[in-house]
Amino acid sequence: MKPLDPRLLRYARATRAYLVATVALGAVHAALLITLAFLLADAITGVFLHGAGVPQLLPLIAVVAARSVVAWLQEVAATRSAAAVKSELRRRLLAHVAGLGPYHRTPAGEIATLAGHGLDALDAYFARYLPQLVLSVLVPGLLLARLLPADLIATLTIAVTLPLIPVFMALVGMHTEAATKRQFRLLARLSHHFLDVVAGLPTLKLFGRAGAQAGIIRRISGEQRQQTMRTLRTAFLSSLVLELLATLSVALVAVGIGLRLVHGELDLATALTVLILAPEAYRPLREVGANYHASAEGLAAVEEVFAILETPLPAEGGAAPRDGALVFDQVEVRFPGRAEPALRLSATIEPGEIVALTGPSGCGKSTALAALLGFVSPASGTITVGGVDRETIAPTAWRSKIAWVPQRPHLIAGTVRENIALTGADHDAVVEAARLAGADTFIAALPDGYDTLLGDAGSGLSAGQRQRIALARAFLKDAPIVLLDEPTANLDTTTAAEVMDAIRRLAHGRTVLIAAHRPELIALADRELRLAGSLTPAGA
Amino acid sequence: MTVLRAYPLIKPAAGRLALAVLAGAGAAGAAVALTAVSAWLISRAALHPPVLHLMVAIVAVRAFGLSRGVLRYLERLIGHDAAFRILGDVRARLFTRLERLAPAGLADFRRADLAQRLAADVDAVLDLVTRVALPYAVAAVVGLAAVLVVGALVPVAGLTLAVALLVVAIGVPLLQRAAARRADGRLAPLRGELTTGVVDLLHGLADFSVYGAQQSRLSRLDDVDARMTQASRRSANVAGLSAAVTVLSTGVCVLVGLAAGAVAVRSGALPGELLALVVLTPMAVFEIAGPLPMAAQTYVSARASMRRLAELWDAPSPLSSLGSSPATPVFSDIPEIRVENVTAGWVPGRTAVSGVSLTLPPGGRVALVGPSGSGKSTVAALLVRFLDPRAGRVTLDGTDLRSIVPERVREVVGYLPEDAYLFDTTIGDNLRIARPDATGAALEQALASARLLDWVRTLPDGLDTLVGEHGMALSGGQRRRLALARILLGDARVLILDEPTEHLDDETAGELTRDLLAAAGHRSVLLITHREADLDGLDVVRL
Repeated sequence: MKPLDPRLLRYARATRAYLVATVALGAVHAALLITLAFLLADAITGVFLHGAGVPQLLPLIAVVAARSVVAWLQEVAATRSAAAVKSELRRRLLAHVAGLGPYHRTPAGEIATLAGHGLDALDAYFARYLPQLVLSVLVPGLLLARLLPADLIATLTIAVTLPLIPVFMALVGMHTEAATKRQFRLLARLSHHFLDVVAGLPTLKLFGRAGAQAGIIRRISGEQRQQTMRTLRTAFLSSLVLELLATLSVALVAVGIGLRLVHGELDLATALTVLILAPEAYRPLREVGANYHASAEGLAAVEEVFAILETPLPAEGGAAPRDGALVFDQVEVRFPGRAEPALRLSATIEPGEIVALTGPSGCGKSTALAALLGFVSPASGTITVGGVDRETIAPTAWRSKIAWVPQRPHLIAGTVRENIALTGADHDAVVEAARLAGADTFIAALPDGYDTLLGDAGSGLSAGQRQRIALARAFLKDAPIVLLDEPTANLDTTTAAEVMDAIRRLAHGRTVLIAAHRPELIALADRELRLAGSLTPAGA
Repeated sequence: MTVLRAYPLIKPAAGRLALAVLAGAGAAGAAVALTAVSAWLISRAALHPPVLHLMVAIVAVRAFGLSRGVLRYLERLIGHDAAFRILGDVRARLFTRLERLAPAGLADFRRADLAQRLAADVDAVLDLVTRVALPYAVAAVVGLAAVLVVGALVPVAGLTLAVALLVVAIGVPLLQRAAARRADGRLAPLRGELTTGVVDLLHGLADFSVYGAQQSRLSRLDDVDARMTQASRRSANVAGLSAAVTVLSTGVCVLVGLAAGAVAVRSGALPGELLALVVLTPMAVFEIAGPLPMAAQTYVSARASMRRLAELWDAPSPLSSLGSSPATPVFSDIPEIRVENVTAGWVPGRTAVSGVSLTLPPGGRVALVGPSGSGKSTVAALLVRFLDPRAGRVTLDGTDLRSIVPERVREVVGYLPEDAYLFDTTIGDNLRIARPDATGAALEQALASARLLDWVRTLPDGLDTLVGEHGMALSGGQRRRLALARILLGDARVLILDEPTEHLDDETAGELTRDLLAAAGHRSVLLITHREADLDGLDVVRL
């Protein structure tokens, strides 16, 4: 596992600033540590050997205060940077997911979790792991540089043992990685089994088998414990190596300087300095080991974000849209994981025509509309508009010429007015659109009329009312092309008739494509285009 | 959960836990002693004594250097072993508790929520033991010892160390908790807003992009994001303060040790060679105490998990046994069931059915019909004692169900619920739940009665075919038929079949109902349905 994912630097610029700050603060931290060691050693030596009184405390107080301030700054920098990085990643993630379009397959709930709680795992990564990683390089370097003139042997002892720690840890890590992965799978399986049994509890009770399961759970838990302990015996070896090397080196250094003191090869102040600084050289490395979790969890979270960010966006053309016939030329649309194409279509729709797309459910009616809108791209064949390939037309410009009424229009948590005019419009235009859509009567009956607040996904409105809000959107947009996807599905006969009236008004003078099931809706069209899943000749 | 309630859970692993604390205290003690003895050793060495006089200290320092890592390794191993033992015990006990509650006593808990409690919350036991209890216990032992040693030499220094340790172990966590609460208070509504916004953006993506509203919806989310970032930044100061207090506490101990130690040396109360020990020991102690605020954070989240588990633990049992001795009555070959003017409900305060009466005579075929929500499944739950009536009674051959142990009732009365559960295992294992010792021939016969045998024979793995999570590898009709085969394999002589054809198309549904009634043979059948089409030849009771 990489300690720092380079993509983090690329996607979240705040990371760089944070690293710079951490290095600077780390250097100050190390300098303060060295100063403190020298001051303490001098003071102790003075009192003990030279009979000095209470030593000068002011410089020591200053160093202690400065250390507290550095700790405070480090934590503040970590929290603020984590917030900034999360914000950057969140914005990129959402913009990217929006760019991937409605046919991208990651569930909305997953994205929402990732953007919210998922990224919070970065807090610990930034606050506890990264700084220690920086310190584990910085502190030993500075300490050794300062110790070298004081005591060569102690310096050498530390310099030799220190690099051994990551080497041994890596060796143990490599050895245990496979076992740990197996362990995680085992844990997951046990949890799954437990949930399965609990979900099926009523069934077990019905057959009188529930009592026996408690024993089975106990037994499986016991087996899990034994297997886990077997893995842990090796996995914990890495921290054993770390602790052993770190502590033993300090002990060796202490005994060594003690003996040289006896022989008068060293003075007490230097010896005490070495004794204070030696454990500090190992400390950041130990912290890195201790906060391995924070690192793994933080990196796993960003890994998921990067996986989405690195899904390429669909290519976008830049050409201006043209008027003219809509032509499906041997178009085949495929979805991943499905053997059969979701749509096969060859057809020409002339400007001003009203065409009903018909066929059994699953034959690709909605997919045909999605392909026309540019939400999905044909695997083969082309869709042309006035002779220009749809793929080469700028999607925003192209969609501005289309009004679309889906099967289940999405309503936002906002006022009725905001729902009709998603991008805003003056009141009269909204009212007129609602009137044309046959929505004005029920809107007027709502408690606050056009200012009535709708709940999430338009809760508070019936299916027919939502459909008419969507039709009002289409009227307000006044686009030359209109796509309707089963607009009367799920409506009772009376409501369907009202919606049909509105559709008739909307269709007038526009190119209209209706995915239709009901005969009266098909009758409204100039002609019918039957999709059967196989290549369909135009007008058949 | 209070300590008292937790004790029975810890008990089976108490010895191991004590051992883990001992090893941990040994490891931490070795680290502190290493610093303390080294400090003394060096001070003493500065007086140029014969090396022989230092031998004990030298050996001790080396021993401490060696033992720390080894003891720590043992602490972690023994501690995890104890934690896994406790975890297994909690899991089994919780299951036993759930077994008594399900399904009626769990009506208050949503299914996803229940899954969360069982998976994550039970696993929190591990954290509670290894990342909270052990570090605190070890720090308490070692901290106390250090305070006593330093205090014996320089009382003021010992006192300062004690206070500073309490600040780090208790004060800083409290400060962090207060800050976390405030930050959560600010962040929680924003998180909710973000989730709603993201789901809205993605669900409405098609509408937004056709109507040109995508950018404006995105910038609304950017606004939520900006407020979230603002809120997180505001918690930075407290986080910084906690870190600063921890560093400051160490510093103060060192400074007080130096000043008070110097005074003591001057006055002759402290031998000069012990001054370094008094000054440097606190530094080592704080390396042990430093991680405690983090342990406290783990404790806060683990305690929330424990509280959620306790809610399950304390959920009231849905059954009320009658005063009479729980008899094991002998029933006739096919007993008669009577429901007499029964009122019942799942959730306190809400009545699901009231004043229901019906009789299912031996070998009878009765249909219980009513619109969805009229309480048909509640009647079924009453018949298998998942639930007891609030008024009226249910009898089996004249004996009130409440005086019969539930297990005995279910031996006689079989129930195929609307959402009959299939376990994530093989077809054969799912069947054998009804009768663990069933022979292959018996399994095949049950499958044949449910008209599923021909299909199972076409499968390459036959009875060993996995059905997937919740039986998702099978079609809806196959799931129903497998559940039907399972109930036919059992001993129950009275069958309650609840909406066996729900979500199936008409043709399949009619066919399945006919098969069901034929396969039931001489058993009594109560068919619960809202389909009027299936009622030929049945006595109809309407709700």
